[in-house]
Amino acid sequence: MRLTGIPIHYAWRNLLTRRLTTLLTAGGMALVVFVFATVLMMRAGLEQTLKSTGLPENVVAIRKGAQTEVQSGVSRPEAAIIESDRNVALDGLGRRLVSKESVVLISLNKRRTGQPSNVVVRGTTPVGLALRPQVVLESGRMFRPGTSEIIVGHAIADGFSGVQIGSTLRFARRDWLVVGIFDAGKTGFSSEVWGDAEQMMQAFRRSNFSAVIFQMQAPQAFDELKARLEGDQRLTTEFKRETQFYEDQSHAMSTFISVLGLVLSMVFSIGAIIGAMITMYAAVANRVGEIGTLRALGFRRKSILVAFLGESLLLSLLGGIIGLVLASFMQLFTVSTMNFQTFSELAFSFTLTPGIVIASLLFALVMGFTGGFLPAVQAARLKIVDSLRAG
Amino acid sequence: MLAFLLKMAFKNALRHRLRAILTLAGLTVAILAYGLLSTFVSAWYAGADAASDKRLVTRSAISLVFALPISYRDRIRAVDGVTSVSWSNWFGGVYIDERNFFPQFAVDMPTYLPLYSEFVITPEERAALLHDRRGCVVGAKLAARFGWKLGDTIPMKGTIYPGTWPLTIRAIYHGRDERTNEDQMLFHWDYLNERIKQIYPKRGDSAGVFVVGLKDASEAALVSERIDSQFRNSLAETLTETEKAFQLSFVAMTDTIILAIKVVSYVVILIIMAVMANTMAMAARERTAEYATLKALGFGPPIVGWLILFESILVCLIGGGFGILLTFPLVRVIGHALSSVLPTFNMGEHTSLEQAIASVLVALVAAAIPAWRSMQVRIVEGLRAVA
Repeated sequence: MRLTGIPIHYAWRNLLTRRLTTLLTAGGMALVVFVFATVLMMRAGLEQTLKSTGLPENVVAIRKGAQTEVQSGVSRPEAAIIESDRNVALDGLGRRLVSKESVVLISLNKRRTGQPSNVVVRGTTPVGLALRPQVVLESGRMFRPGTSEIIVGHAIADGFSGVQIGSTLRFARRDWLVVGIFDAGKTGFSSEVWGDAEQMMQAFRRSNFSAVIFQMQAPQAFDELKARLEGDQRLTTEFKRETQFYEDQSHAMSTFISVLGLVLSMVFSIGAIIGAMITMYAAVANRVGEIGTLRALGFRRKSILVAFLGESLLLSLLGGIIGLVLASFMQLFTVSTMNFQTFSELAFSFTLTPGIVIASLLFALVMGFTGGFLPAVQAARLKIVDSLRAG
Repeated sequence: MLAFLLKMAFKNALRHRLRAILTLAGLTVAILAYGLLSTFVSAWYAGADAASDKRLVTRSAISLVFALPISYRDRIRAVDGVTSVSWSNWFGGVYIDERNFFPQFAVDMPTYLPLYSEFVITPEERAALLHDRRGCVVGAKLAARFGWKLGDTIPMKGTIYPGTWPLTIRAIYHGRDERTNEDQMLFHWDYLNERIKQIYPKRGDSAGVFVVGLKDASEAALVSERIDSQFRNSLAETLTETEKAFQLSFVAMTDTIILAIKVVSYVVILIIMAVMANTMAMAARERTAEYATLKALGFGPPIVGWLILFESILVCLIGGGFGILLTFPLVRVIGHALSSVLPTFNMGEHTSLEQAIASVLVALVAAAIPAWRSMQVRIVEGLRAVA
C-alpha cells in the first residue's frame, strides 16, 4: 500500500503546540487583513452611497463645464425650456415632474470635533421629494413651501450640533426652523439640508437655479433627449442620468481610497509574509528529525512539501479570519468627511460584502503561500539520512 | 562586562543568517512605511505650515462658496492695524484633463505679490507680468511638471467661470523656502472681472476672499474682530481668521482620513512588533539550554535578560536605521509621483526621531516576554530542555 498525503491533522496539531508563535504570526497577518478588508469596505460603502443616490429614469441638468451643482447656474428661461420638453414625465394629476433646485454650501460645526464643515443646502420643491423615492421622512413633517422651514438629513442630525426638530439654524441672515428629519438610506442626500427653492434663492440673492432635475417619460430615449436638448441653441446646459451624475462625483474620492489602501496593504503584507517565513523556517529547523522519520516511513517529498505549505496556509487562514472579524466591527462606524470633488460633506459607512470576505481570505492565503513556500521546499529537499542523524 | 554582552548579542543575532536577514528586511519595510505615512500626514498640513502669521483671510461668513463685494476692499484697508489688502478668486479651471489638477487663482497682482513675499520673481518677469492683462505667473514645480516655459499660452477651461481662458506665462516663481507651494497659477483678477461682466454682469466686481496684511502679528485676533464688526448685519457678513486657521479648516474637513492614516501607521508598528516578538521568542526558546548553562556557570538572571534585550535592540536599530535612511530618497520619489495631489511632500521635522523611537519601542516590547521567561528558567530544567 502506498502512503499518500500527510493528514491535515499534523499541520493543525503543530500549530497548537507552539501557541505563542502561532498567535503572534497569525496576529500579524490578522492586522494586515484588517487593513485590507477595511479599505475595501470603505470603498464599497462610498460606492453604495453615491451610486444609489439617484435613479436611472431621472435626469440632472447643470451648466456645461460645471462638474457639480454648486458650480452650476441655470437661468429661469432655460429651466422653462427644459421643463417643456416632450420627454418630461407627468404625474397622476397632469403636472410635470420637474424640480428646479438651488444648491449652496453653508458652514456648520461638527458635533464631535466642533470644527466647521461644508454642508449642502438644497432649495427644492415637493416635486423634488417625489422624484426621490429613496428619501423618506422619518420624523416631523415636510417643510411648507413659501416659509423658512427646513428639513435635515439623518447624517446631519447625527453629526452636527444644533439641528434637532424645533431648533433653528441661522444662515443668510435668516432663522430657519427645523421641522423634520429625513432618512435617505445610504445615499448622499442624508448629508443635506432641504428647504424651499424660492425662499433659498431670495435669501442667498440668486436669480438663477443651480440645477434642474426631472423624470423621463421614456427612460430608454435618454440619448435622444440628450442630443436634442444639448443641440438646442437656447440652452447652455448638459444632461446626465442621475445615477451617472452621482457616480462621477465619487470618482476622485473612490480612486484615492482605493490607491492609498491597496498600496498600504501591499506594503504591510510584506511584513506579514516575512513573519510567516521566519516562523516556517524555524518550524522546519526544529522538526528536522520528524521530517527524516516521515521520509523514512515512506512519505514522499511532495507530501512533506504539501504538509508544510498546508501548515502555513492554515496559519494565514487563521489570521485572515481574525482580521475579518475585527474588520466587521468597523460596520458600526460612519465615516464623515469632505468629498474632494464637490467640496461638501459626505457621510458613508463601511459595507461588508461577500466579495470582500472572499477577497480578504484569498489575500491571507496568498500571503501564507508566499511565506511558506520556500521553507516548505527546504523541508522537502532534506536528505533522510542527514535529518535522522541531526534529529 | 558590557563589551562581552554586546559581543555575545552581536554573535547571537548573526547565528541564523537567513532569519537575521528576514527580520532586518521586515524592520526596514515597517519603519520605512511608518515614515512615509507620517510624511503623508504632515504633507496634508503643508498649507497650514506655510501660512504666514502676518496675513489674515476674510471670507463670507456663510461659506467659501459665496463671494464678497469688491467694495469691501476700501473699508478693510481703513481698519486699524491693516497694512494692505488684496483679493483672490478661486478659478477652478481644467487644463486639458481633470487629472492635471492644480490650483488657479485670479488675484489683484499689484497688491497680492508684495503680500506673498515668499514667491520669488525676478524684476523683469514681474514687470512683464504686470504689463500683460492676460499674463499669469506659475510656480517652478508646476512649470516643470508640464514642461512650460516663459511665453507659453496655456488655455484654461473654466468651470465656475465658463469659457476658454488663454493665459500667457509671463513669470515663473520660486519658493523662498522648501515649504512654499510651487504648484499654483496666479493671473489677473481684472481680466477675470472684465470678461465675466460681459457674460454675467451680476457676478462681476466680487472677490472670493480678501487677503489682509497685518502690521503686528500679535494683533491678529483684534484686527479680525474689527474687520468682521464692520460688516456685521450687512448683506454679506464676513469671517476673518489667520491664514493658518483658514488652511487648517480645509484639513479639518478631511480629518477622518488623516485619523485613519495615523491609525494605520501605528498598525504597521504593531505588525512588526508581532513579527519581532515572534523572532525573539523563537530564538530564546532555542537557546534555553545555553541560558541554563550560563546560569550554571554563575551568571545571574539579569545577564540572561540583558543578552536578549541587547540582541533585540541591536537588530531593531540596524533595521530601523536602514528604514530611516531609505525614507529620504523614497520621499523624494513619491513627492514627484504625487505632485498633482500633494504639492509639497516633505518630511516633517520629527519624522526621523519618531522612527527611531518606534524602533527602540519595538525592540523593548519584543524582548520583554522572552527575556522574562528566560530569566525565570531553572537551571536543571533548562539543561534538560529540547527546543
